[in-house]
Amino acid sequence: MHELSIAMNVVELARGHSRLHGDGRISAVTLRIGRLSCVHEDSLRYSFELVTEGTPLAGARLRIIEVPIRIWCPTCEAERELPGIQRLACPECGHLSGEIRAGRELDLESIELAPETTP
Amino acid sequence: MTQPRILEVRTRILKKNDELAREMRREFESLGLLVVNIVSSPGTGKTAFLKETLSRLLACGIPAAAVVGDLETDNDARRLAASGAPVRQIMTHGLCHLEAEMVRAHLADWNLADFHYLFIENVGNLVCPTSWDLGESVRLALLSVTEGEDKPLKYPGLFNTADIAAITKIDLAEACEFDRETARAYIDAVRPGMQVLETSVKTGAGIEKWLAYLATRRAMLNP
Repeated sequence: MHELSIAMNVVELARGHSRLHGDGRISAVTLRIGRLSCVHEDSLRYSFELVTEGTPLAGARLRIIEVPIRIWCPTCEAERELPGIQRLACPECGHLSGEIRAGRELDLESIELAPETTP
Repeated sequence: MTQPRILEVRTRILKKNDELAREMRREFESLGLLVVNIVSSPGTGKTAFLKETLSRLLACGIPAAAVVGDLETDNDARRLAASGAPVRQIMTHGLCHLEAEMVRAHLADWNLADFHYLFIENVGNLVCPTSWDLGESVRLALLSVTEGEDKPLKYPGLFNTADIAAITKIDLAEACEFDRETARAYIDAVRPGMQVLETSVKTGAGIEKWLAYLATRRAMLNP
């Protein structure tokens, strides 16, 4: 359940950013999660719900953009997207390549600040 | 403001840990201290492997120390202390991985310049420790013959972040019908080109090669 630690880090970061913009309610959070980053989406959603309770992120939507693995294939001289995560081989020529161009992301992409509810 | 506003922040979620780990690595390397983060599933033989490593280093007069992460007990730390090396226990109380801050806090009153090597035995887990940089220069992934050849395919993320892998308990390979070539091919599929050692603490197989690898990596630090 390292997703709990990840969710706590998301809350801390998001609050840090929102403080610079009036410290209001945060209504949505978007993350970019690479397929090699070992994060389980359901656990992360559950953890996020838990740790946002009682914070300005309570009830915030959690949007997760899954990033596929992309490797550089030296044979084809091209960047290739991989269908899975179990074989870092070029889908065209089969060459194994450890040169990972994407898929390790664990990023907070954006936060959505809720409109202020002024009477 | 009546419409929700989107703030593009594009920040690493584990930024705080990453920054601290980077700072720690700089310090370790400037002291000529090679830090090794050992990751594997529970039962792979991390503690036995580390104890053998520490004993061999100490027998050659090379100063080394270890910190060991465990959920609740200090059994591993006590086993490791038998090697004669200074050992610290980090009890995570249920947390499934170590974080840079936990390591830093447990090193506070050690004079790190006294050591050539510091080993961090991570919590036995093949998923959670992956994303946490502990300031190490080398990440070692262990795989025992009793676990089966396909562990790397089941946990590609962890093997993919390793610098070197060691297959442990190789003396039991035949009894377990462990296929070395298949295991190597699977490791190569998730981490192309990574060096793989076949080791046994019982017979001493591969340990010399491991110690040579450590010495080479330490020589690369250029303090």
